Amino acid sequence: MDIIKADNLSKSFGSFRAVDNVSIAVKEGEIFGFLGPNGAGKTTTIRMLTGVLTPDTGSARICGIDINKHPLEAKLKMGIIPENGTVYSDLTAEQNILWTAKFYGMDSISRKKRADEILSYLGLTDRRNDIVRTFSKGMRQRISIACAIVPSPPVLFLDEPTGGLDVFSRRLVLDTIRRMNDEGSTVFLTTHNIEEANELCTVISVINKGKIVATGSTERLKKTFDTTKYVEIAFEQPVKKEWLESGGVFRVENHGDKWRLYTDDPDPAVKYLAALAEREHLKIISVATSTPTLEEAFVQLTGGA
Amino acid sequence: MDPSLFTRSVLLVAEKNMRIYYYKGAVVIFGLLFPFLMFLTFFIGRNLNLVLFFPAFLGMMLFFSSSSTGPLITPWEKREKTYERLLSLPVTLESIILGDILAGALFGIVITTIVWSAGSLILHLPLAHPLLLAVTLILGGFTFAALGTLLSSPAMSNPSNVMMVSNLIRLPLIFVSGIFIPLSQLGSWAWTNEVSPLTYLVDLFNGAINGNAVYPAGLDIIVLVVVILLFIGSAKLIQQYNLSKGI
Ligand SMILES: Nc1ncnc2c1ncn2[C@@H]1O[C@H](COP(=O)(O)OP(=O)(O)OP(=O)(O)O)[C@@H](O)[C@H]1O
Ligand SMILES: [Mg+2]
Repeated sequence: MDIIKADNLSKSFGSFRAVDNVSIAVKEGEIFGFLGPNGAGKTTTIRMLTGVLTPDTGSARICGIDINKHPLEAKLKMGIIPENGTVYSDLTAEQNILWTAKFYGMDSISRKKRADEILSYLGLTDRRNDIVRTFSKGMRQRISIACAIVPSPPVLFLDEPTGGLDVFSRRLVLDTIRRMNDEGSTVFLTTHNIEEANELCTVISVINKGKIVATGSTERLKKTFDTTKYVEIAFEQPVKKEWLESGGVFRVENHGDKWRLYTDDPDPAVKYLAALAEREHLKIISVATSTPTLEEAFVQLTGGA
Repeated sequence: MDPSLFTRSVLLVAEKNMRIYYYKGAVVIFGLLFPFLMFLTFFIGRNLNLVLFFPAFLGMMLFFSSSSTGPLITPWEKREKTYERLLSLPVTLESIILGDILAGALFGIVITTIVWSAGSLILHLPLAHPLLLAVTLILGGFTFAALGTLLSSPAMSNPSNVMMVSNLIRLPLIFVSGIFIPLSQLGSWAWTNEVSPLTYLVDLFNGAINGNAVYPAGLDIIVLVVVILLFIGSAKLIQQYNLSKGI
C-alpha cells in the first residue's frame, strides 16, 4: 500500500497555478526526495499533503486516511517540519517537545522518556530548560526536528530540514532522518542539496513550475541523463591543444592545469591519450572520466530555471 | 471526526495560549490596567453610589479582559511563523479558534471573579442570584473572547496594528452599553445600547448582583449565546478565506 498517496493536487494563488495536477505515491519505508528549483511548488505541495492548505482540486491520503475529510486522524500519523515553522520561542526546548507530544495522546511517562531520549540524541540535554528565544538557528532547527519525531510517526514530512545548517548540524539531521527511517518512519523531504538527496533518498521526484517532470530511483534518474561524458587529464609537460583533438573527442576545454575532453565514448579517448603520452614522452599526473551526477539530471529536467 | 481528539486539540491550543500570551504586555495593559484606569477616571471622586455602579464596572472588566488575548494570538503567530507549525499539528481551524477563545475567556473570567470578590469584601455588595452571576461570568467571558478572536481574524500579521484596530472597536462599545449611564435612566436613547452585546452583559450583572435588570435574564442569555455563535462563525469564515489564499 502507498503510505502517502496524492491524486491530481492543484492549487492556485489568484490566477497563478502554483501546483498543477500533482500525483504522488510513496511506499512504506521509503525516503522520498522532492526536488525542484525555488518557487517550483514543493512547499505548497507539502502543505496540501499535511492538511495545512486545502487543495483546489485533488485529494491526498496518509496511511489510507483522507487528509481533508479526517484531518485530525490523518495528522496523528505524521510528524512535520514546516518550511519556516520555528518552534515557540517563548517556551523552553522541553516544553515545546512535551506540548507537541500531548497532541498525539502520549501519556506523561512516555512523553518524558521520549523527550529525554531525543534531547540527549540531539545534544540538547543541558539546554532543555532554556527559552528557545536564546537559541541559535541550528539549535532551533534541532528542536523543530525533535517536535517532528517525538510521536515516532509513521510518516515524516520535512521541508528543507537542513537549510542553513553547518556541517555538524547537517550530519546530525541526516543521521536522525536515517535513524527514524530505520525505526519504521517513511520520510518525505525537500532539499536544495542534491548531494544530500543522492545520499539519502531511495526515490526522487522532480517538480518544476508546479508540475512533476520526473520520478524514479536516484540511479535511474542519473542514467537517463547520462549524456555528457568527458575525460579529464593532466600532464606534467605543456601539451598542444591539437594533440588532444583525436580519438572521438569533439571538444577540448582547458580547466586550470587539466584538460577536459568531451566525447560520446570515453574508451577510445583514454586509449588514444595513453598512446599520445607514450609517443610524446609525457608524464600523466591524473586522469579521470566523468560520472553522471544527479545535479546534471536535475539541471536538465528543470531547464536550469 | 472523533470528539475526544477534537476536545484534546482545543485544550492543548488553549494551554499554549495561556503559557505564552497571558504574559504579553499588550494583554496586561489592555486587559487589566485599562479597565481599572477607566474605572478610576469615571467612577471615583464623583459621589456615585459604587454599589449601584459595580455591576457595570464588572461588565467592563470582563469585556476588556476576555477580549484582549484574542486579537494578539493569531497575528503574533503569523509574525513569529509559528502559525504554520500550529496548523501542521493534529488540529483543525475550528480547534485553533475555540482554543483561542477558551484561553481568552478563562483570563477574563478569573480576573473578573477576583475583582468581584474584592468588591464584595470591600463594598459588601449584595448578591441577588449567585447562579446567575456564575452563568453571567462564563457567558460574558466567552462572548467577548469570541469578539477578540474575530478581531484577530483579518490577515494582519502585525500585532500592534491589530491591537489598535481592536481598541478602536472596543472603546466606543463601552460608551453605548449602559456602563456610565444605567440603562434604566437612558429613556429614548436606549436603542443605541440595544445593538451592543455588552449592554446585555451589564444587564445580567445588574440582575445577578442588585436584582434590578431591565430585560428578563433569559433574553440577555439568548442574545449573548446568539452573539457568541455569530462571532465564532464569522471568525471561522474569515480565517478559512485567508488560509485559502496561503499562509
Ligand atoms: N500565499 C501565497 N500567495 C501567492 N503566491 C504564493 C503563495 N505561496 C506560494 N506562492 C507561489 O507559489 C509558487 C510555489 O511556491 P512554493 O513555496 O511552493 O515553492 P517551493 O518549491 O517551496 O520553493 P522554495 O524552494 O523557494 O522553498 C511560488 O511561485 C510562490 O510565489
Ligand atoms: Mg519551499
